[in-house]
Amino acid sequence: MSAFFFYFFSALSILAALLVVVNREAVNSAMCMIVALSGVAALFVLLQAYFLAVLQIVVYAGAVMVLFLFIIMLLDTSARRIHVTEMNLVAAIAALLVLAGGAIWLAHQFPSVGELPKLTELPTDQAPLAYSTAAKAFGYGLFTRYMLPFQVAGFLLLIAMVGVIVLSKRPGDAKSDPVKEPRP
Amino acid sequence: MQPGLQAYLTVAGILFAIGFFGVLLRKNTLVIYMCLELMLTATTLALVAFSRFYGTMDGALFVFFIITVAAAEVAVGLAIIVALYRRRRTVQVDELNYLKH
Repeated sequence: MSAFFFYFFSALSILAALLVVVNREAVNSAMCMIVALSGVAALFVLLQAYFLAVLQIVVYAGAVMVLFLFIIMLLDTSARRIHVTEMNLVAAIAALLVLAGGAIWLAHQFPSVGELPKLTELPTDQAPLAYSTAAKAFGYGLFTRYMLPFQVAGFLLLIAMVGVIVLSKRPGDAKSDPVKEPRP
Repeated sequence: MQPGLQAYLTVAGILFAIGFFGVLLRKNTLVIYMCLELMLTATTLALVAFSRFYGTMDGALFVFFIITVAAAEVAVGLAIIVALYRRRRTVQVDELNYLKH
């Protein structure tokens, strides 16, 4: 049963990913992208990473793609003919084949592990953090071993926020800034 | 038969390759951006598969950071695209040839 779901969802996400690339309209691409990301989330569920699956749906298929759709509709990028030069197409297809072939070859370098290994209990000390489905395990890992990257990621989000505010300000806006205007 | 590690890695590889294909082929900046996101997602799938099959938590935790970075990147990138559109009135890559002339 698990095998059926695996093949179904991988086919779904690969097909949707292809549609993202070949669609003329950016809006359709975004819709297919949502399907592809949901398919990957389903694969996460099959790998028993339930928390990450939820996160994938909420953050990627939800927030990020909504942002994309907003911008696509805001900019009104009407469908233009995709004029593809021959050189371009040949290069892209060659790159696709080389990359896909290389990835598949690399994947087969790893020993075939058929069954999912047994889940273990939460780790205690210095041993590598054991895989667990509990959200608690994520919290434990983030706040112990990966504390510094966690803080850096938080700071990165702050920088991104400030950057977006600076970027989306129009150049002349500084004068009409209500804070700088003299009080009556 | 249960799909093994190889199967998941193959799917991740194919998704990554499709994303790369899209980045090379498409001219619309927004679609190129989406293809970049697709490549990031493919790497997260590979990380989760490794993490699960080797029974360690580290890969799954890395996915956290990848999602964080991707979200920040999308916010900044889309702001840049909007600023670009305001100035040049286009988001097509082949029309953004300011440095060429």
